[in-house]
Amino acid sequence: MDLSERVLAGDRLALARLLTQVENDTPVGRAALDQIFPHTGRAHLVGVTGSPGSGKSSLVNRLAQLFRHPAEGEPPRKVAIIAVDPTSPFSGGALLGDRVRMRDLAGDPGVFIRSMAARGALGGLSRTTAAAVNVMDAAGFEVVLIETVGAGQSEVDIARLAHTTLVVEAPGMGDEIQAIKAGILEIADILVVNKADRPGVQNTERALRGMLEMGHPTRRGVAGKAQELWQPPVLCTVANSGQGIAEVAAAIARHADYLRRSGEWQRRELERLQNGLEMLVQQALLARWRSGVSDERLAGLVAQLSARQITPYAALDKLI
Amino acid sequence: MPEKKIRVLMAKPGLDGHDRGAKVVARALRDAGMEVIYTGLRQSPEMIAEAALQEDVDVVGMSILSGAHLGLVPRVMELLRANGQTDVMVFVGGIIPEGDVPELLKCGVMAVYGPGTTSEKYIQEIRQAVLGAH
Repeated sequence: MDLSERVLAGDRLALARLLTQVENDTPVGRAALDQIFPHTGRAHLVGVTGSPGSGKSSLVNRLAQLFRHPAEGEPPRKVAIIAVDPTSPFSGGALLGDRVRMRDLAGDPGVFIRSMAARGALGGLSRTTAAAVNVMDAAGFEVVLIETVGAGQSEVDIARLAHTTLVVEAPGMGDEIQAIKAGILEIADILVVNKADRPGVQNTERALRGMLEMGHPTRRGVAGKAQELWQPPVLCTVANSGQGIAEVAAAIARHADYLRRSGEWQRRELERLQNGLEMLVQQALLARWRSGVSDERLAGLVAQLSARQITPYAALDKLI
Repeated sequence: MPEKKIRVLMAKPGLDGHDRGAKVVARALRDAGMEVIYTGLRQSPEMIAEAALQEDVDVVGMSILSGAHLGLVPRVMELLRANGQTDVMVFVGGIIPEGDVPELLKCGVMAVYGPGTTSEKYIQEIRQAVLGAH
C-alpha cells in the first residue's frame, strides 16, 4: 500500500508522514493530495482565532473533549486538531507550544493533534494548512479544529478555510472603537469571551454585542435570494474550568445546521476551492516567471531601481 | 521548494517539575532554525511517544532531573519502535549519573547531554544526525 492508501485505511504513522510531506510541499505530498482529494469535503472545519493568550488552545482542548464525550444520545466524533504557531522571522525556527494545553486529549485514538509553524505566511495560517486539513478530512476525522497563530486585527485567512469561525477574546481587549474596526471581528461566526472569571468581562461582552447590533446581520449570501441570516452569538467561557464550553459546542452545531439549510455551506465550499486554486496558480506562475529570469538580470534591475534610474512599474514592464 | 526543517519534540517525562533546562534547549534549537514542539511537564512515556508520532518529529529530546531515567527512557524507546518510528534521534538531558550513560546509549539513545554542554555542541550533533540520515 502506498502512503495515501494507508492514510485512508486509518494508519496513524502514515497520516503523520503524509502531513510532513504535504507541509514541505514535496512531489510525494502533491501526488498523495491528488489521490485523497475524492475523499475530502466531509469534515466540519472549525477555525479558532483570536489574540495571543486569549485561551485558544485551552478552548480547543475543551471542545475536542466534548466532541469525544458528548451528551447522552449523541455519537462521539473523531477530532483532528491543527495548531499553527509563528515562525521566527530571523532564524526560521519555531516553538510550537499548543500541545501543552491539550494534554487531556492524550491517549485517545479518536484525536489527532498536529502542530504547524506558520513558515513566514502572515494570514494566521501556513501556506500548506489548507492541504493538511484536506489530509485530516480524508483520513476520516469528522471535525477538524484549526487553531491559528495568535492573531491581531487582520489575520483573516481562517475565514476562507473554515466553515465555522470562532473568534476568541479575553476581557480588557480595548474599547468599542476596537470592536467596530474592520477585520478579525467581522469574520466571527461565533464570538467567545474567554477568561470570563476575570474582571471586565461585562464590558467586553457589551462592546462585542454593540458591534454586532450595529453591523449584523450582514448578508453574505447569493444576491437576490432571500435567505435566513446568521446572528453571531457572544458566549462567555472559562476554558480552564470548562464553564460555557457546552454552549459553544451547541452554537457550532447550530451554525453547521444553518450553513446546510441556507446553502451557505456550498457557497463557502466553492469559495474555499476557488481560493485554493487561485493560490496554486499564483505560486505556479511566480515559479515559472522566476525560472525564466536570471539572477543577474534581476539584480541589475534592482540596482537601477536603487539608483532611481527606473521606476518599479518600468521594471515590471521590462520583466513581464 | 523549502529546505527540510528539523522537527524536535521536547518533553519532560516523569514527575520532576524543573523545566528550565528543557525550555533553554527548546529556545536554542528554535534559534538554530528548528521547529520545536514543546509538550510541557509530567509526560508519561505513552504521551511522549504519541506526540512524537502525531508530530512526525525527527528528534525527541527528554529532560529528566528526577533520577527516573533508567525507567522512563527505555520505555519511550520501546514505544517509539512499536509505533514504527525507528529512525527518530533521541537525546536525553538533565542530571544523569556518568555510570548510567552506557545503559541509555545501549537502548538506542543517540546522546546524553549533561550540565555544561554547549548549545553549539548539541545543535551541531542533532543537525548531523538528522540531515546526515536523509
